Amino acid sequence: MMIGPDLLNLAIYLPLAAGVLIALLPRAKEHLSGPLALTSSLLAFIPALALYTGFDPALPGMQFAQDLPWLSALGARYTIGLDGISMLMFILTAFLAPIAVLSSFTAVKEHRRFYYASLLALQTGMLGVFAALDLLLFYVFWEAMLIPMYFIIGIWGGRRRIYASVKFFIYTMAGSLLMLAAILWLYFDHQSRTGVYTFALTAYNNSAAGGTGMLLFLAFALAFAVKVPLWPFHTWLPDAHVEAPTAGSIILAGVLLKMGVYGFIRIAVPFFPEAAMTAGWPIAALGAFGVIYGSLTAWAQDDIKKLVAYSSVAHLGIVMVGVLVLEPAAVSGAVLQMVNHGLSTGALFLCVGMLYERRHTRLMADYGGIAKIMPAFAAVFMIVTLSSIGLPGLNGFIGEFLILFGAFKVWPCLALVSLGGVILSAVYMLGMYQKVFFGPVSNTANKELPDLKVREWLCVLPLLALIVWIGVYPNFFLRRIDTAVNDYIRLAGGPRPVFSLAKGEK
Amino acid sequence: MEGNFYPLLKWMILPPLAGFVLNGLLGKKFLSERAGGILGSLAVLLSFVFALLSLSDLLNLPAADRLLRDTLFTWISAGPFTVDFALRLDPLSAVMALVVSGVSFLIHVYSIGYMHGDKGFHKYFSYLNFFVFFMLVLVLADNPVLMFVGWEGVGLASYLLIGFWYEDPEKASAGKKAFITNRIGDAGFLAGLMLLAAVMHAGGVYALDFSTLSANAQLAAGASFAGVNAAFLIGVLLFVGATGKSAQFPLYVWLPDAMAGPTPVSALIHAATMVTAGVYMLARMFFLYEAAPAALDVVLVTGCFTAFLAAVIAVAQRDIKKVLAYSTVSQLGFMFMAVGAGAWAAGVFHLTTHAFFKALLFLAAGSVIHGLSGEQDLFKMGGLRKHMRTTFILTATGWLALSGVPPLAGFYSKDLILEKVFTSGAGFVWLTGLLTAALTAYYISRLLILAFMDNYRGREHAHESPAVMTVPMGLLAALSVVGGMAGAAWLLPFLQPGAPPEHHSALMIAISVAAAAAGIIAAFLITGRRIGGGHHAAWCPRSLAAAWPRLHRLVYNKFYVDEIYEALLLKPLARFADWTFRVPDSKVIDGALVNGTARLFMSLGRTLGAAQTGNAQFYAIVFMAGLCLLLAAVLAGYYL
Repeated sequence: MMIGPDLLNLAIYLPLAAGVLIALLPRAKEHLSGPLALTSSLLAFIPALALYTGFDPALPGMQFAQDLPWLSALGARYTIGLDGISMLMFILTAFLAPIAVLSSFTAVKEHRRFYYASLLALQTGMLGVFAALDLLLFYVFWEAMLIPMYFIIGIWGGRRRIYASVKFFIYTMAGSLLMLAAILWLYFDHQSRTGVYTFALTAYNNSAAGGTGMLLFLAFALAFAVKVPLWPFHTWLPDAHVEAPTAGSIILAGVLLKMGVYGFIRIAVPFFPEAAMTAGWPIAALGAFGVIYGSLTAWAQDDIKKLVAYSSVAHLGIVMVGVLVLEPAAVSGAVLQMVNHGLSTGALFLCVGMLYERRHTRLMADYGGIAKIMPAFAAVFMIVTLSSIGLPGLNGFIGEFLILFGAFKVWPCLALVSLGGVILSAVYMLGMYQKVFFGPVSNTANKELPDLKVREWLCVLPLLALIVWIGVYPNFFLRRIDTAVNDYIRLAGGPRPVFSLAKGEK
Repeated sequence: MEGNFYPLLKWMILPPLAGFVLNGLLGKKFLSERAGGILGSLAVLLSFVFALLSLSDLLNLPAADRLLRDTLFTWISAGPFTVDFALRLDPLSAVMALVVSGVSFLIHVYSIGYMHGDKGFHKYFSYLNFFVFFMLVLVLADNPVLMFVGWEGVGLASYLLIGFWYEDPEKASAGKKAFITNRIGDAGFLAGLMLLAAVMHAGGVYALDFSTLSANAQLAAGASFAGVNAAFLIGVLLFVGATGKSAQFPLYVWLPDAMAGPTPVSALIHAATMVTAGVYMLARMFFLYEAAPAALDVVLVTGCFTAFLAAVIAVAQRDIKKVLAYSTVSQLGFMFMAVGAGAWAAGVFHLTTHAFFKALLFLAAGSVIHGLSGEQDLFKMGGLRKHMRTTFILTATGWLALSGVPPLAGFYSKDLILEKVFTSGAGFVWLTGLLTAALTAYYISRLLILAFMDNYRGREHAHESPAVMTVPMGLLAALSVVGGMAGAAWLLPFLQPGAPPEHHSALMIAISVAAAAAGIIAAFLITGRRIGGGHHAAWCPRSLAAAWPRLHRLVYNKFYVDEIYEALLLKPLARFADWTFRVPDSKVIDGALVNGTARLFMSLGRTLGAAQTGNAQFYAIVFMAGLCLLLAAVLAGYYL
């Protein structure tokens, strides 16, 4: 098979097909659902990898594109394709999915067929969002993704899972409805101007200016800001994370949060460059504020998972600064940082899940001295922690560095505020690490915990490898997003003017 | 590109990296303790050999052309940013690389004896190699971004090694404190680099290697940020980074606590090498400070104040390692005074001699602690010259070198710094420096007297350390003796070719020697004097404490700086974080706004739901009423 749209479709729909198959398994064969899910998500990774290696970083525009008639009466078409940015998100999703599946083998014991089917359907939904080039298709995937996630939190979640899943669902749904209204406005407006009904993304670049443009931009921005989540729309996140099973948290942090940022890059900003130019600073300021706010609230937690959840508010805050500043290095850094956050936070949730499976608690106070009991696990957790706080040599630094240095040239104040996260992240992450891993083993329940098992090693090793790889040789990944980043900045009407450093000016 | 391509440089950093991986992954399972120790030491020896080879090739070049470069790959490239993974060897980094790998090797060997029997033996050597790798990256980096990689890497090694015995919560906390305090400095460093990069980009300069930056330093001098000269601001921000790593006021507080780590680590990381990184960085970026003399004043005054403050604190400490820790803070202050006075080469000279004698003193302290099975309280030592003869002689060498007694190493470099400060015209700073030199001689003499003179006051049986520990100390002692003379003859002209040879005024030398002598004599008079007799002698700090109880308590408690930071910064910030979560986040955003909206719709639903009675008659009445209203509206619109 050629590396092209067929392979792209295969990567997208293979998980869904396998999911349907698993759902239809007879009850007696339920034990096969996990291995089957793992096999299919691994198989789906192969075409994704082939696409990534076959991706030509020099070509502008979309690659592996396919355009088929779909709902002809509405003018909706089945248009898919990938550029450098969506390609990176695509491979990240395909990479994290098998890890999420593998992490569930011992954690999920009930309704396994339905669970793995949901997980695989979710994978198709996410991959579809990144590949969709038609607004209606995008919206369908966007919403389709919500439903399995809702089930994953609501059925296999913790004690307050119902509250968390309903909150997650309604919060995102409210945002989505605003987006739908904006999409419909654009759709009918386009028809009235040109006589053509279309949902093609490219038709809507720079499609409205002035007050209308601003209103529409804000409708999209709100929908995406909830997903990011941007302060103050973030409170669904800690609840969802704490209640979600480990795999749900990995996917939520690793991919779903990136949907919001991706929405800004693919839709909100290119559609309404004028509005984005005006509203960019205030939204980025919310992001920079979120860096400090998320760090402080993370510091205040006793629950490890909640701490990691709040740290996401901080991490995604700085990503938003990078995306909206429209400076090439900062945007590249932001795109890479989306991947970095997916890897490090995904790995953190994975590790927290391993602890939880052993002790059934997420409170730091219940631990202490774990480094002595589980030395290998402690080493893994340390590397992931360091990745999360952006230690040079690991992945997190590259993204933060590029965002900070790029953003400083345009918005020095926001860059300096975000820099505060460099200090605070060390405070809360190392504080947490110390409470869990150092000190004497005070709790007798912790004395006999087994160290990492083979299956757990298989989950963390790929993540660790990428954490180091991106830190040492980020260019392998940066090279492939360069063109797309420049396209984005051009569509957004950037780059923004650089802050003046001339002598005598304030 | 300027400089000669020299692919040998990468071989300086690779052996310790390999040692880290091998000992870390395989050590515990496959290597005996002996093999792990030898592997770690050999890796560093290999680095040292490559450093020597590279140096000889560097020396073969004409003095004006001494620059070797090795670009491994393009590290980060996005938009206008390109940062190479590139190494450079010039006289400055050559000196640093030699000191780092040489002293590291000796301390690795010493550690084989010191850490004997520790259950984390392989982990220890793995971390130590990890440190050397990043320290060499820091030293050899060809651009400030890669330098920052080394900078944070050694910080991580320091964190891991301070908390090496992590089961003790106090030691683990000391590691965390070091990391976080350093992070504050690092934020300053990063901010300085951000501004520097922005200034360069604004001027159309996109390469960030040191040669390019140096050639375009005038861009920084010609720019301003927030109304302040950019070169000055960059200089001060970078110096903030240096105050973290090199333990200067106000960020010095982590270093004394860092003594929680194994003593060889204190010698290597927290005395000889890592803590000097700030001085090295300033020397490396000196082209910027030349463009902003006002920033140098900040460096000079901070260095002087720190040197004095730390020396005063060192006078009253009881823990042998705490005395040496504050001494290190103080000596680093001297190095910054040199840089601040514009004499970066003198600073690097002192950095080198200090690496020898301070590493020696720490290793000697380690030998004492080892010999006394872990005792660190000077008041429980005494008389050790009889029990630990070799250690005594070696400590005495370090004592003379640190005191500034000619012709030992410390005398040459410290004297040069004081002279440079004096000729730069900073009279008051010079005077403070001189006073600090006297205090230095005092506290280190006090240490020697309390530990080695008189009679043994402890209970543990004291024994001498094995040769694997004393031989490396012997080599350091030899360097502490000849390092100053050799440095004055070769190091300074090598660092600054073409600079006029130093003219030393006899008066300056006399004053400086007099200060050292005064300190030593005072120590012997005060500490050496015994009230009463025999085993019930009263010792100096107690007599000083009796004379000025309040002042002594203040100094002994380090002016309560830690407590002040805790009360004014840490606690309020932690409380604020807690409050942020409890009130704005939980109560306002999530409580009132999010769940409030949900409740609003819920009650709205309930109210309207009450109308859904299921009673057909009620529906019919409502329907009729509505119809009437509609009709009324239509008619009203028509007639009114």
